[in-house]
Amino acid sequence: MLVYVIRRVALALVTLLLLSLIIFAIANVLPQNVGRAILGPFAAPEAVAELNRQLGTDQPLVNQYLRLLKGIVTFDFGTSYQTGQPVRDVVTTTLVNSSKLAVLALLLTIPLGLVGGVFAALRKGRLADRVIVTLGLAGSAIPEFVTSTFLIFLLGLKLNVLPVLATWPEGSGVGTQIYYLLLPALSLVLVYFGYIARMARAGTISALESDYTRTATMKGMSRAAVLRRHVLRNALLPTISVIATQTGYLFGGLLAVELIFNVNGLGRLMVTAAKAKDLPVLSAGVLVIGVIYMVATLLADLLISWLNPRIRLGATS
Amino acid sequence: MTDSSEQSNRIPAALEVEDLKVDFLVRGIPRRVLRGVSFTVAPGESYGLVGESGCGKSTTAYAALGLLAENGRVAGGRAAIAGREVTSLSTEDLQKVRRDDVSMVYQDPGAALNPTLRIGVQVAECFTLLGASKAEAVERAYEALRRVRISDPRGVMERYPHQLSGGMQQRVVIAMALANDPKLLVLDEPTTGLDATVEAEVLDLVESLRADTGAAVLLIAHNLGVIRRMCDRVGVMYAGSVVEQGAAAEVFDNPSHPYTVGLLRALPRHGARKAHRRLETIPGFLPQIGEELPACVFVERCPLATEICRSTVPPVVEVGTGGGGFVRCHHTDRVPGLRAVAAASGDGSASGASGEPILQLRDVNVTFRQNRKEIHALVGIELDLRGGETLGLVGESGSGKTTLAKAILGIQPADPGSQVILDGTALEPSTKDRSQLARRAIQIVFQNPDSALNRGHSVRSILGRALAKLAGITGVDAEQHLDQLITHVRLTPRHLDLKPRQLSGGLKQRVAIGRAFAGGPRIVVCDEPTSALDVSVQAAILNLLADLQRNERSSYVFISHDLGVVRYLSDRIAVLYLGRLMEVGPAEVVFNGPHHPYTEALLSAVPSVDGAPESRIRLEGEVPSAANPPSGCVFQTRCPRKLGDICESTAPPLVEVEPGHQMACHIPIEQLRALQLAEPGAA
Repeated sequence: MLVYVIRRVALALVTLLLLSLIIFAIANVLPQNVGRAILGPFAAPEAVAELNRQLGTDQPLVNQYLRLLKGIVTFDFGTSYQTGQPVRDVVTTTLVNSSKLAVLALLLTIPLGLVGGVFAALRKGRLADRVIVTLGLAGSAIPEFVTSTFLIFLLGLKLNVLPVLATWPEGSGVGTQIYYLLLPALSLVLVYFGYIARMARAGTISALESDYTRTATMKGMSRAAVLRRHVLRNALLPTISVIATQTGYLFGGLLAVELIFNVNGLGRLMVTAAKAKDLPVLSAGVLVIGVIYMVATLLADLLISWLNPRIRLGATS
Repeated sequence: MTDSSEQSNRIPAALEVEDLKVDFLVRGIPRRVLRGVSFTVAPGESYGLVGESGCGKSTTAYAALGLLAENGRVAGGRAAIAGREVTSLSTEDLQKVRRDDVSMVYQDPGAALNPTLRIGVQVAECFTLLGASKAEAVERAYEALRRVRISDPRGVMERYPHQLSGGMQQRVVIAMALANDPKLLVLDEPTTGLDATVEAEVLDLVESLRADTGAAVLLIAHNLGVIRRMCDRVGVMYAGSVVEQGAAAEVFDNPSHPYTVGLLRALPRHGARKAHRRLETIPGFLPQIGEELPACVFVERCPLATEICRSTVPPVVEVGTGGGGFVRCHHTDRVPGLRAVAAASGDGSASGASGEPILQLRDVNVTFRQNRKEIHALVGIELDLRGGETLGLVGESGSGKTTLAKAILGIQPADPGSQVILDGTALEPSTKDRSQLARRAIQIVFQNPDSALNRGHSVRSILGRALAKLAGITGVDAEQHLDQLITHVRLTPRHLDLKPRQLSGGLKQRVAIGRAFAGGPRIVVCDEPTSALDVSVQAAILNLLADLQRNERSSYVFISHDLGVVRYLSDRIAVLYLGRLMEVGPAEVVFNGPHHPYTEALLSAVPSVDGAPESRIRLEGEVPSAANPPSGCVFQTRCPRKLGDICESTAPPLVEVEPGHQMACHIPIEQLRALQLAEPGAA
């Protein structure tokens, strides 16, 4: 197990290195002259050169890359071209906002998706199953901005039970913040419920049909005990990886939801940075999302290997 | 043995099935799968159900245990276990019956165990369900594993299913099945996925445990030999009905139903060889489930069928000397004639393999590297294959049969220094580096035609592509060659536009064989080509392979775990153990002996449908790991005829002990002959 963990972490670090290379490559494909891009076509060449010197963009590529690596290790990406604020602060603020939304969405979606999926599997082919499958499919097929708008209309305006903007008063407690984040989180639940429920359903169905489940039934166990002891663990293994892949997306890919509910999150930050050619912010943002994604998959893999002895102990031993 | 009807008056039958009808809902429409099945398993009796796949054997068992799939339902009749009506029990009562009175063992022991729980936990669970405390349950689990003769039960309890071999897994499943001291033990193809040697051990175990516990057994198997060995009585099922029932010896020696006769005739038995006779096949196909059937379910495929068979349900005719034997047939009087014809048929034309070797293997080694350890999968293989000859490869799983086939094909390149010589020219180790000509010359037929054929393509396109790629035939010529090709593999033009999934297993395998033969290969490697097929279909495929060989003069490397099949088709046999050749020789010589002790053990493990005397030669323990082979002779750790120190210190070379017969053993052949004659059962 320990060897597996070490190997898996080392692999994650290699991925991180690759990610930094890709970010660097893309960043350097975009503008030829950063100073010129920032100051505009009418600035004096001296000013442009001076800015490039300050930003370090006149250095050879290798030095620039090393600086990026150093930045990754020290979490220091210099200052934003756009606002002059330290990139670290800008990214941290938005990351905290995004995390609140993502964690709340996950906390709602995972239990709902698992329960929904398992329940659908147990009622396979009946009405409850069809409703859950159809709802899930519709939810994942309809774009976020449509479901968001619908929820705003229904819960925010018609029923007037939830605030339509995620802008809570300064200094609000956790409860209030959750209250304000509930509407955006619910629109995310609608989207991601389907993915998780579908995997959980498929996993449960195949576990229910397996021979070991029949063995347990033939031991004379009650249906509930069979489910608890033999079906669930095997059924939910594949779902864990699906949850992990969605986690990365929940942190960084929520532009529409962030715009609609006015959340100052990572997705919005990245788009603004890209538009303004604010490379340090963009690179740091991509990197942070990449790391979140990696950590999520890493945790999922470790969890799976812990739950599944075939991975933990290798195929033969 | 069940002995007295007096006894069964007092104690209820272990299993009583009466006029059981089961439907499966297919797209909302109920389709009849069981058409009134009746039989009784007396307490302590061992009853076997035989028949080809789809005949309803397993469905009968599942229905009797209340385990039908969601879309299945009992449409009529009843099933009772130890006097309790399963078909009308409440969920709780059914749980109680399963907990106390009945147990089940399935085909795939790996799948029957929960992959995420330790063995100890899974076995102990049976006892906690029966009311034992946690600690007590663990102790009884230990005892249960000891009872099924698992070595190091404590160690095994700590392990997970995937860490055990198939034979060990099946022992664990049996241990769990016997935990409740069941009145009825249902075994559904319990040894189908296992090697013959392991199968023999498992069957021995079941037999001795049955004697200890007095449990009745319902054994479902397509292997007639297994049924003959294990069962007091058998029921032969066809299309959801029991068409014949009787004492095992009587049914197999004097079958009374045309279907039973057909099944037995399709088997390569009594040392049948391709040169002696073609195998009999049962024409036609099993009816689709739910199909409206004529009065007699077998009429479409029956050689004795007359008008009355279509109009009138056949009577139940009592047969046999023991009680309870019956057959459902209008023409029982004519069945003995059918048996006689079977014995006399055969064309006797010899295939005549001869001449120069077309394939020579010289010092072929294959080494895998795993975790920086070398695993010698094949060691110093020296073999010749002559034109028009079939070389049978025999050995337990892990012996290197398939690796050798792959090395010949170049799918698994042999180590540097190994030589695979085709027609005098050394081939490159890897298929990639071989010339188009060399690639065309060696083709393969796989065990599973489902995964070997592209599902998206029609038969026409599969075979057309093979003709284009392997024979370079395209355009106008292709059509004509395609017609020829399908005629050769006994397909008809109407099959051409079908996709593989629309074909039965046997037809799919014909397409796969046609693909292999498209380029006029010199050598065809057949890797378990009939293992997934029913006996009657297997017979047709074996006949086809024999015909093709006679007409095309191609050579076969034939791999099968079924020794009867290998014997039927092979001219020579090579016996592999742990990647080394143990014995090579003409098929008859290898089978008749004197043989290598390993070959002897393999042969004695096979249960015979003819009820031949059982040999008591059994291989103990597992095949050693190829990563760490035993010193000296690799077989010495399991050899029933081990001499002593010399076997542990020196590996015997493969030497010619008789003309054309090579063996790697320290025991002189004359001594082997004497030893093996002394125990007649062993031969």
